[in-house]
Amino acid sequence: MLADEMKTEGPAPDDINIVAFCCHYCAYAAADMAGSLRFQYPDSVKVVKLPCTGKLDLQLILDAFEKGADGVMVAGCMEGDCHYQQGNLNAKRRVVHGQTLLASIGLEPERVRMFNMSSAMGNRWAEAVREMDATVRKLGPSPLRRPKANEGTP
Amino acid sequence: MIVAEQKALDEIRQLVGDAKQVLVVGCGTCVTVCFAGGAKEAGVLGSLLRMAAQMDGQPAAVTEVTVQRQCEWEYLDAIRGPVEKADVVLSIGCGIGVQALAERYPDAVVVPGLNTKFMGMPAEHGEWVERCAACGNCLLGLTGGICPIARCSKQLLNGPCGGSSQGKCEVGCGDSAPDCAWQLIYQKLAAQDRLHLIMEITPAKDWRSSRDGGPRKVVRADLKLPQPDIKE
Repeated sequence: MLADEMKTEGPAPDDINIVAFCCHYCAYAAADMAGSLRFQYPDSVKVVKLPCTGKLDLQLILDAFEKGADGVMVAGCMEGDCHYQQGNLNAKRRVVHGQTLLASIGLEPERVRMFNMSSAMGNRWAEAVREMDATVRKLGPSPLRRPKANEGTP
Repeated sequence: MIVAEQKALDEIRQLVGDAKQVLVVGCGTCVTVCFAGGAKEAGVLGSLLRMAAQMDGQPAAVTEVTVQRQCEWEYLDAIRGPVEKADVVLSIGCGIGVQALAERYPDAVVVPGLNTKFMGMPAEHGEWVERCAACGNCLLGLTGGICPIARCSKQLLNGPCGGSSQGKCEVGCGDSAPDCAWQLIYQKLAAQDRLHLIMEITPAKDWRSSRDGGPRKVVRADLKLPQPDIKE
């Protein structure tokens, strides 16, 4: 098992950015554990800690894409284990809505995905990042990054 | 509250057209609490419009502002600057907010981002129901606080009709069928021992107090400000 985890993915191309919104109580700690145990995963992921995935707002997801993310992971506690009772279930519904919104502007809904793990699942964190990295790499960079973002204001 | 729903993004984009400067105006009152047109929804819609325009290779500058109430001049006056700079003002207030903006800023192109649905309340999280039809002559004192105008599909005054079955209305089917308002009225008045209220036949309603009398207006002389004498 450990040997599998130690297999490296090789350096990730610079052109893939994945933002991971992680719950303080589970996925953030799992990512910490993955680091401590030297589990390898692609460095395309950038972690943003949330107090709970219930804090996740649709605007956070959209802001990430608008500012150049190619994919967004939302990583919360196992269902039924939320520190705040049901924050992860609220996040799950918002992620589904976020996928609908992305589809409405022509972005692939697979670019945003919810994951669940406990703080002890460093292995799962590494695996989740690999899954997301593979999905986003297959889709390619976000079309929003091709034209230069318009930063003007009326 | 006034309950509204956001239009489909495609329709909103058609309304906005190829404007380069778009101002999304949210409203901090009814449509905020029904999650259709508040500050959060303005932010999300702004992001979507910016990204959609960029995907089409025609980036647009979309900004958002939310006023406390779009239906009062004072709040609209505070956004004069951004409104005057915008090619299109996309209001996500109710129909009143859209019209107030269009009236206050006659030169601005104002388009609606919402469909205004009805006057109602949240029955549960994520579900709103109609409760008032603004008929202009309230009957609730006779009907146990349950409105036969807004909640009876046929607006009957002496119901129920033959389409009431198992407490449900024949309009709609399955779980989506609304409750029969007259069944609710009967149960409520029976429980309060006030059934005598519906034993009297209510005559035909004078609908002139409703929409049939044309656009309505309320004037309170005691609240009107004196008009200053203007002498040139």
